Amino acid sequence: MELVSDVLIKNGLLFAFVVVGAVMWLSYYVSHHLTRGRLHGSAVAIIMGLVLAWLGGLFTGGTKGLSDIPLFAGLAIMGGSMLRDFAIVSTAYGVDLQEIRRSGMVGVLSLLLGIVLSFVVGAAVALMFGYNDSVSMTTLGAGAATYIVGPVTGSALGASSEIVALSVAAGLVKSVLVMIGTPFIAPYIRLNNPKAAMAYGGLMGTTSGVAGGLAATDKRLVPYGAMTATFYTGLGCLLGPSVMYLMIRTVMGG
Amino acid sequence: MIVYGVAVLAACLIAGMIVGDALGALLGVESNVGGVGFAMLLLILLTDRLRRAGQFPQHSADGVLFWSAMYIPIVVAMASIQNVVAAVGAGPVALLAGVLATVLSWGLVPVLSRIGGAEPPLPPISEEAEV
Repeated sequence: MELVSDVLIKNGLLFAFVVVGAVMWLSYYVSHHLTRGRLHGSAVAIIMGLVLAWLGGLFTGGTKGLSDIPLFAGLAIMGGSMLRDFAIVSTAYGVDLQEIRRSGMVGVLSLLLGIVLSFVVGAAVALMFGYNDSVSMTTLGAGAATYIVGPVTGSALGASSEIVALSVAAGLVKSVLVMIGTPFIAPYIRLNNPKAAMAYGGLMGTTSGVAGGLAATDKRLVPYGAMTATFYTGLGCLLGPSVMYLMIRTVMGG
Repeated sequence: MIVYGVAVLAACLIAGMIVGDALGALLGVESNVGGVGFAMLLLILLTDRLRRAGQFPQHSADGVLFWSAMYIPIVVAMASIQNVVAAVGAGPVALLAGVLATVLSWGLVPVLSRIGGAEPPLPPISEEAEV
C-alpha cells in the first residue's frame, strides 16, 4: 500500500491526469443520465472539482483545496496558473482577429465599468457593516474586484489584516460564484456570442471564475472572455490604491 | 512536427508574460497586466502569418489544439485546488460583497454587449464536437 502511494505521490502529475479523467467521465455520465444533458458535462465537472476542493479544505484545513493532500498534490501542477494560462492561450488558436477588434471598445468599457462597480459595491457593503474609514472601504471594494486586487490594495493602503482577510474572502466568493453560476445565468444575459463574452470577461475579471464559467457554458467563448479578464487584476491593482481610494475618500469627506 | 506547435504556443505565452510583467512594472503595480491577452494576440497573429506562408501544417496545429482540448480538464483541476472552504465559510460582509458584485456585474452584460449593435448567438454545437 505504501509502495503504491509512494509511486502515486512521486508521479503526482500523472495521477492528477487519472483523477481528472475519472471526474470528467463521471461528470459526463451524470450529465447525460441524471440531468438528461440539460446541465452540461463540463459544468458538472467544474462543480465536482469545487466540491473536491471543499472536501480537501475541510480535511486538511489548508488553502489549496484537494491538492493539500500529498496524494493529490499533482492537481496543483495540472490546475496551476502555468498550465491554465497555457491552455487558455491555446484556445485563441484560429480566433478571428476582426472579431476582437470589433468588440475591443466594449471590452475596454467593460473593464472600467466592472472595476468601478466592484469597488463601489464592496465599499458600500463595508459601510453597511460599520467599516466607515475609507481605507477599509477601498480594501473590501478591491476584494469584491478579485481576491488578488484585495490584498494588493489593502497592503498599499495599510489596511488591517482583518479587513484584508475579508477582502480575500469576498474575492473567493465571487470567483466560485462565477464558476458555478455562469452556465445558469448565461441564457438570461444573452451570453452566447464573442462580444458578450468580451464584456463578460471585463465585467467579472476573476480569471479562474471566467475561465471556469465560460468552459461550463460554451468553450468557444473562452478566448474572448479570457482576453479582457486578463487585464482586470492588473488594472484593479493600478486603480485601487490610487483613483478608487481617492474617490471613496472624497465621498466620505476625508 | 507536433512539438513546433507546442513550442510556438509556449513561446507566445512566455513573451506575453514578459510584456505583461514589464507593463505592470512600468505602471508601478505588483501584478501582471494582460500577459495572457498579449500572448493570445501574438499566437493569433503569428500562426496566421505562418499558415499563410505554408509554414504551419496540420501537425504543428495539432500541438496547439491538443492543449485547447485539455482546457476543460485543466480548469477542472483548477477548480479542485480553490480555497472553497474560505468562500463557503465567508462571513456576511464578504459574502454580501462578493455576491452583490457578481450579480450586479451580470446585470450589466446585456447592456454592454448591446453597444454598437447586438451580435447573433453562435450556432449550436454538438457535445462531441466540443469535447
